[in-house]
Amino acid sequence: MDTIPDTSSYMTAGFIVTFVTMGIYVLSLYIRNQNLKRDVDTLESLQAEKPKSKK
Amino acid sequence: MQPKPTALKILDVVSIIVLAISTYLALFFAPTELVMGQVQRVFYFHIGTAWVGLLGFVLAAVSGVIYLVTKDMKWDRFEVAAVEVSTMFFFLTIVLGSIWARPAWNTWWTWDPRLTTAAVTELIYIAYFMLRQGIDDPEKRARFGAVYTLLGGISAPITFMVIRLFRSIHPVVVGAANANQDKLSMTGDMKIAFFFALFAFTIIFIDLIWHRVRLSGLEEKVEQLKLKVSM
Repeated sequence: MDTIPDTSSYMTAGFIVTFVTMGIYVLSLYIRNQNLKRDVDTLESLQAEKPKSKK
Repeated sequence: MQPKPTALKILDVVSIIVLAISTYLALFFAPTELVMGQVQRVFYFHIGTAWVGLLGFVLAAVSGVIYLVTKDMKWDRFEVAAVEVSTMFFFLTIVLGSIWARPAWNTWWTWDPRLTTAAVTELIYIAYFMLRQGIDDPEKRARFGAVYTLLGGISAPITFMVIRLFRSIHPVVVGAANANQDKLSMTGDMKIAFFFALFAFTIIFIDLIWHRVRLSGLEEKVEQLKLKVSM
């Protein structure tokens, strides 16, 4: 076999899958982080209001 | 929540740079392989992701043991981070292998010993998150998780060794056991791209683990606050 087979479409797919998967994972880390920060703020404000409501 | 450490910010930037360099080396610097053509370039990322995937599973098992001995929750946070990041990377390993296999073996998938053990390993660690989701008590969850990763960790060396012990169509990249095995031969430039990919994915792995450990810290804080508010 003298000619190199044209497998460039598979190579492109491989690199796209890699970057998309890693991008989705980084995005999921960011979104979860933002949601948890919001939860902490909400829960801390609820905790601060708690002694007032008991009175 | 503690502000993001400067070292982590630097590591984020370094991760992006090494990923860019590794992509350049794989796509443009390394020569085209004569038998497989361009698709062989995914091999550098395939090995890089496999390396950090299996490394993370072993590290998770080690941190599981340390948790069982010390009962310190920071080891549970590290274990979760290692498993999650490694599961993502190992998923990539399997997908990249499948993409490479299509033109090389004329099939997307075959039940070869290496492919089978890799798929089983991935499923073991997907089940790990299902197990953790089902347990509410944090200490019980950490204990069960630690034992699970300890047992699951056995699958990582099995996956690595299986092509050296059994007849397999998967090529041996590092240390072929005998002359009959299909061994990949690399030129000097290919070796540079190969070793840099290993280095780059190790840096990215450390960076993502660090982020995931911080996320676990936040999750723990939310759980504690929920308990306080509900009391």
